[in-house]
Amino acid sequence: MTYSADEMMTVSAARALRDGMTCFVGIGLPSSAANLARATHAPSLVLIYESGTIGAKPGQLPLSIGDGMLAETADAVVSVPEIFNYWLQPGRIDVGFLGAAQIDKFGNINTTAIGGDYRHPKVRLPGAGGAPEIAASCREVIVVVRQSHRSFVERVDFVTSVGYGSGPGDRERLGLTGAGPKKIITDLSVLEPDPETLEFTLTGLYPGVSPSAAKERTGWDLAIAADPEIIAAPTPAELTALRAFHGTQARSSHH
Amino acid sequence: MAEIVSLAEAVERAVHDGDAVAMEGFTHLIPFAAGHEVIRQRRRDLTLIRMTPDLIYDQLIGAGCARKLIFSWGGNPGVGSLHRLRDAVEHAWPVPLDIEEHSHAGMANRYVAGASGLPFAVLRGYNGTGLETLNGSDGAAPTIKPITCPFTGETLTAVSAIRPDVAVIHAQRADRTGNVQLWGISGVQKEAVLASQRSVVTVEEIVDDLDPRPGAVVLPSWTVSFVAQAPGGAHPSYALGYSARDNDYYVAWDAIARERATFTRWLDQHVYSVLPRGDAPPRPPQEVRP
Repeated sequence: MTYSADEMMTVSAARALRDGMTCFVGIGLPSSAANLARATHAPSLVLIYESGTIGAKPGQLPLSIGDGMLAETADAVVSVPEIFNYWLQPGRIDVGFLGAAQIDKFGNINTTAIGGDYRHPKVRLPGAGGAPEIAASCREVIVVVRQSHRSFVERVDFVTSVGYGSGPGDRERLGLTGAGPKKIITDLSVLEPDPETLEFTLTGLYPGVSPSAAKERTGWDLAIAADPEIIAAPTPAELTALRAFHGTQARSSHH
Repeated sequence: MAEIVSLAEAVERAVHDGDAVAMEGFTHLIPFAAGHEVIRQRRRDLTLIRMTPDLIYDQLIGAGCARKLIFSWGGNPGVGSLHRLRDAVEHAWPVPLDIEEHSHAGMANRYVAGASGLPFAVLRGYNGTGLETLNGSDGAAPTIKPITCPFTGETLTAVSAIRPDVAVIHAQRADRTGNVQLWGISGVQKEAVLASQRSVVTVEEIVDDLDPRPGAVVLPSWTVSFVAQAPGGAHPSYALGYSARDNDYYVAWDAIARERATFTRWLDQHVYSVLPRGDAPPRPPQEVRP
């Protein structure tokens, strides 16, 4: 089966989730991937949305984090203060699954404003939402984002959510309890932090993507692992499940 | 005790020019009918507080009701930007708008502090973020500060309480004495009402008896100022058990709000020239049972 770069990205991100994990899900690409994982290899994946729905089992992709089917299929529905204070903050949740508008080599995420200064930005984005505390307090974080020279930058214009700050020791110094971003999964490749410098390094490539193509679409001098893994193409079963989801969504216009 | 009044009267008496107003509802139960009534009554200089401004504040901001927005995520969920919010921030149209930004966890805790009668709440949050650095840098009073735990010495984050003049929410039902019942995604509405001086609650229907619902939040009548019946008053958001979220409307809003002219036309046709929902002859109230 032929597939798009976005489909490869979503499948690759879904594979990063193991069955039985608890996953705090951001809307958009992360939500597609988490729901695909639950529909394929991880039927017991626990999806948690910031609307307070714990163990949601949507039959189609939600447009927002508060669609009715999330509440109707959840194991528990709690208030917004409770989801952040009792569930996210103590480190109960295995993985935070986030998107980004801009991300830097230390995995810091910007979803606030790009270019210019804060009060006069070139592009104003929606802002933080739940992301800063998801990035701080989940046991680990996975970021799903399309790779481009503009979105993959040396240093984000605004730190909405902290990855590794400016390098080793920063998370500890800031008192962030989770381990931080473990993977950036894009439409070209998979990046993981270098164990020593914590700088994101290319460790996986999709079939047919060259290291130079990935470097070209990165705004910092991207290091490439000695022998990057060539990630398997989506299986027909994965693609069928993903397309079935998209086919049932009322409107799929994620940005 | 809550007074059961028309939506127009509730807004007239509870929401005044210059008030700090929190219209809450986390994706679910957003009080659109009440928001439109605030626009119709041409309130001005409001400080609008809401975790997710959503279409409701895009509409109030575009109509010129607000001078400040306090929020934590200002997008059209799953669709894109709130164009009226951006136009106000970037081009001061139709009036200048100050903004104060938080994270969801920060906003939720600020409401908890307000509801608890405390000056602040404590959380693990904001550390290392631009939101923390930015806070108070425009001369406004800071609302995020580090605090040392008196027991462990650990540095945590304090956020100041939100105490709105008035909270506005939508719920499924109230009884004839004004006890309010809501269920499904309950967001931060209970905290917003308890943190506020006054409150307006619109409901799908007013019933004789509030039979218990799993997971329902009940706001006793004596915690609420005004209850008004406004069937469908959360549209294009939804009321679980009564209506579904109108996702197509959220998508269509993008084009309506993108240009000032189309937005102004929408405002004339869909807000200024219609009656408050609860004051129109109501459709027979009925809950759709699954």
